[in-house]
Amino acid sequence: MEQTQTPSIAVRIGRIAQTYPVLPLIILLVALVAALEVMRPGIVNERWIANTIKFAIPLAMMAACQTLTMLTGGIDLSAGVVATVSAFVMATQVSILGPTGAILIALLPAILIGLVNGFGVGICRVHPLIMTLGTGLIATGCLQVYQRTVIATGSSVPDALAWLGTGRTAGLPNSLLLFLPFAALILWGLRRTGFGRLLYALGDNENASRLSGVRAWQVYMALYALSGLIAGITGLLYVGLIKAPSLSLAAPLMLPSVAAAVIGGTSIFGGRGSYSGTIVGALILTVLTTMLTLLQMPEGARRILFGAIILAVTAVSARLSEHG
Amino acid sequence: MARLIRSGWIAGLALFLVLLLVATKLIQPNFGSSGLESLSRAALPFAFATAAQAVVVIAGGIDLSIASMMAVASVTAAVLMDGASDGQAVFVVVFVLLLGAAMGTINGALIVFTRVPDIVVTLAMLFVWEGVALLILKAPGGAAATWLKGLIVGSVSIPGLPTSVTGWIPKSLLLLVVCVAVIWVPLSRSKLGLSMYAIGSDSLAAFRSGVAVGRTKILAYATAGVFAAMGGLVLTMSTGIGEPIPGPYLLASVAAVVLGGVVLGGGRGGLLGPIIAVIILRLVRMDLTLLSVDPNVTTIIEGTIMVVVVMLGGLLAVRKGR
Repeated sequence: MEQTQTPSIAVRIGRIAQTYPVLPLIILLVALVAALEVMRPGIVNERWIANTIKFAIPLAMMAACQTLTMLTGGIDLSAGVVATVSAFVMATQVSILGPTGAILIALLPAILIGLVNGFGVGICRVHPLIMTLGTGLIATGCLQVYQRTVIATGSSVPDALAWLGTGRTAGLPNSLLLFLPFAALILWGLRRTGFGRLLYALGDNENASRLSGVRAWQVYMALYALSGLIAGITGLLYVGLIKAPSLSLAAPLMLPSVAAAVIGGTSIFGGRGSYSGTIVGALILTVLTTMLTLLQMPEGARRILFGAIILAVTAVSARLSEHG
Repeated sequence: MARLIRSGWIAGLALFLVLLLVATKLIQPNFGSSGLESLSRAALPFAFATAAQAVVVIAGGIDLSIASMMAVASVTAAVLMDGASDGQAVFVVVFVLLLGAAMGTINGALIVFTRVPDIVVTLAMLFVWEGVALLILKAPGGAAATWLKGLIVGSVSIPGLPTSVTGWIPKSLLLLVVCVAVIWVPLSRSKLGLSMYAIGSDSLAAFRSGVAVGRTKILAYATAGVFAAMGGLVLTMSTGIGEPIPGPYLLASVAAVVLGGVVLGGGRGGLLGPIIAVIILRLVRMDLTLLSVDPNVTTIIEGTIMVVVVMLGGLLAVRKGR
């Protein structure tokens, strides 16, 4: 009896971690930054922090696609291609339609690809992994065909996007202007709206939610269309950061975006996770990438490491939820 | 009854293939033995990827890392064969096949021991094997032994038969049939093969009937690894170099498996249907090229066909589930 009244430290830490799942992640982040400072003293300064945040934001936004789809037990592997499509269409249409028109027209294919994904996943019941991989392949082909029709047009990045992507105001990156409302909207949407609850419900037990009257296919259609839209916006922001639209623009974001969501505690099996964890996950990965670059680790080893992280975190969380 | 439907499906696929070949002949009147040869050579890596995927799907899993494993096998073979003699190349081939088995075993063991679903583990391994391939060879390079390249170019010559007959049988097709038959025919007739169908059909029932579920699963993935290694080898054989960035073999293999009558979810189907299906998919691509369609448009059409096939497969599975 007395033991239950005074729980051991380990149990207490476990409880704290359960109530605030983001806390251990933040500790890990701080530890990584500290390690970086030890490796290269003086690297951590105001400028570095602003830069890290600047590069973490597109990653965190694309990881939002993965977080939302993973909550229903899915994944969106077309997000990287969708972001590239949006960025490329926008950059090549600027000279014809002007910045606003180009941005609006660039988001159309993003939503369209998302709707096709939603159709395949929600109505045809194809596994999201395979479905999004397939639409990604088709979109890549379309992009290549499109590129040949606009070869004469040339491409440019509007000043507004470049300002948003690279600029800094009072030491803070301007992209926070886009990201803070975005993150607030996602966090609020997941916690407080019916749509957010439906995502958790579908991921937790799809049959139960169907039986309680959820029209699953409608949720999937909306979810994947939203995921496409977010990926499209990410692409627009990312091209403002990189400033050189290419056919493989957002490809380097794809794998880390899955890893960020998984590290952030979102279960790949659905039903569990939060966007706040994903944001910290994206920051951790950005710091980790800086570290790996400092260590001059080759690209191959980086992919192996990211793959191993995804597997290890999933395996551990699967074990934990079995016992819990 | 179910068996009859299945063989009917395969017969239908074969008939469709013949019709497509006739259509090809109509599009391109001088399509003949050389056209058949290049079709068979182009389909070869796809066919091995499909065979690998089919084995795993039959055993109730799915392997997303097949294309990456092929890349690892391809670059390993190309790097080791660079400057090696013909005799040494034999050892390289054996080594790469063993490497394939090892990679497959790692995939299977991780799935069994971590108890994480196949699709998640092999997604992570997709990145890992891709990274391994990049570590072995950063950019396309290496070499392939001349006799190996000769194995898949041209048509077979069998003494005693006139060339007018043997000229129609591409060497690459023969290689495919021999490699798949050597592994699959004894396997599917053995206790292990039966166990693979059993765990794919109902893993709990299989466990209760005394099937070593974990071991069977690992062996199914190992077999897939060997097929993937063969796919990587023929890739190096046909291009003469190793390519660290995997091609579009993953989606093609899944689409061909579904089209070939293997149910995603496991327990049913064979290797013949998927391989015919993958040849059909390649032939469609070839016809589009012959019709002088832009190759990028061809990619779109091909991708659309594969996605539609997978979607129809999904719809059928939903129907059956009700």
